[in-house]
Amino acid sequence: MNLFEQAWYLITTYNVPGSFWVNIQLTFWAGLGALVIGTVMGLMRVAPVSSLQWLGTSYVTLFRNMPLTVIMLLGIQAIWGQLKITLASDFYLNFFVYAALGLALYHAAFVCEAVRSGINTVPLGQAEAARAIGLSFLPAARIVLLPQAFRGAIAPLGNVLIALIKNSTVAAAASVATETSSVMKTMIDQNGNSVVLIFLLFAIGYVILVVPVGVVTTALSRRLAVAR
Amino acid sequence: MSASVLFDSPGPRGRRTIAILNGVGVLLALVVVGLALWKFGQEGQLEASRWTSLLTSNAWTNYFLPGLRSTLLAALFAVVLALAFGLAFGLGRLAPYRVVRMFAGAVVEFFRAVPVLIMMIALWLGLGYAKVSFIPSTRVPLVAVVVALMLYNGSIIAELVRSGVHGLPRGQREAAASIGMTHNQSLAYVQLPQALLAMLPSLVSQFVIILKDSALGYIITFNEFLQLSRQFGAANGNMLQALVLCAVVFIVINWLLTKLADWVARRLSSHTSGRTAPRTPLPVQRAADEAAGP
Repeated sequence: MNLFEQAWYLITTYNVPGSFWVNIQLTFWAGLGALVIGTVMGLMRVAPVSSLQWLGTSYVTLFRNMPLTVIMLLGIQAIWGQLKITLASDFYLNFFVYAALGLALYHAAFVCEAVRSGINTVPLGQAEAARAIGLSFLPAARIVLLPQAFRGAIAPLGNVLIALIKNSTVAAAASVATETSSVMKTMIDQNGNSVVLIFLLFAIGYVILVVPVGVVTTALSRRLAVAR
Repeated sequence: MSASVLFDSPGPRGRRTIAILNGVGVLLALVVVGLALWKFGQEGQLEASRWTSLLTSNAWTNYFLPGLRSTLLAALFAVVLALAFGLAFGLGRLAPYRVVRMFAGAVVEFFRAVPVLIMMIALWLGLGYAKVSFIPSTRVPLVAVVVALMLYNGSIIAELVRSGVHGLPRGQREAAASIGMTHNQSLAYVQLPQALLAMLPSLVSQFVIILKDSALGYIITFNEFLQLSRQFGAANGNMLQALVLCAVVFIVINWLLTKLADWVARRLSSHTSGRTAPRTPLPVQRAADEAAGP
């Protein structure tokens, strides 16, 4: 067998594209969750309400400083194993939902920081100018401030998305056995003589997934940058 | 400015709304804590013995301290090696030869795009099969963790070096050129010293990322803090409590390190013309400089 035949054999026998599809699904659901939770937390942190600010700050401090692997184990071994909270009736789907939730909670802390830094890029003069022409809070936020804040948040949000794609492999710690790192482990276990080839298959897969996201978000953030 | 750009200073009505929202926030926090405690109580997780066994000397001398030691050891090895790797490839990306620049760039981009866990598992199993003579088989997980962390974080540090040099004011390079320094001299005596100093806070935040990622070693059977916390929980029937302790220890260490990074940044800002503010310890810092702007 030459190298290409061997690679083709490995890809088709172990359904490598299928394993990447699991990671993409994890990324999608976790990204959606992280965007919602992170935006809410970000707004809480900038609101002039001290208790909400405190809640937002505590959330970020807790989840940003905890390893993702610990979050996954807390979910599976503590909340599912000890507190017996099931998130889905299907046994395997339950692990998937726990993994997606753990990823969402972890990355929400970074989304929160991205949203906040986006809002902080808007100069105070913009808000004062909006008030000076008679806009009240909601119109000022909708027409003047948030569009600029959103543009400032694109690049950091792109970073979070890239991190999320890569971190979706940590779902292995939450017993999701069909995602890439687990499938790779099985493949190496059964084909000990082609470790490098198997690693390169997955590595190149991730390069193909991650690099375009970086290029697109960097280009977008440049294109949409507010000239100041 | 106390509040953010979004909000004007509140009038009487605004203050009333804020007071109400404050109450809602407190209530929300109480409800979350209350629900958690209720569920804990229902499943018998509040029994004192399950928590007090965390404080016995057996727990610390046989589980938590050895685990913490391996975690810190792996992180220290990784940060030193990553620094060397990052300096080498960061300088490679600044080299005056196109071939060197492209090679260093390709290596850095590759290792930044591949998940650390994928590298760790491949190294762990690969080294296991290869039976390298100078790595005893009990040390293979440690080596896999350290090397994977070195490759990933070294690539990030290489980017920090490059962006640190590019982020210096243009006048620094021009001043060096105007007194007759060559490209290499200006890099060695003017640009790099300032860039490296400006990098220090980001380096401390990078240590936070290394510490967090070292917990991935749990998946490849490395006996680090998370692994041993879990073993303690399994042996004493208090998995939830052991994992909570593990999480708290990680949070405290990383929080202190983040504070340290801020403090270093404040102290250093007068010694360099580069930007010293540490970046948020994001797992990936792609194009962070372009995003932050001048």
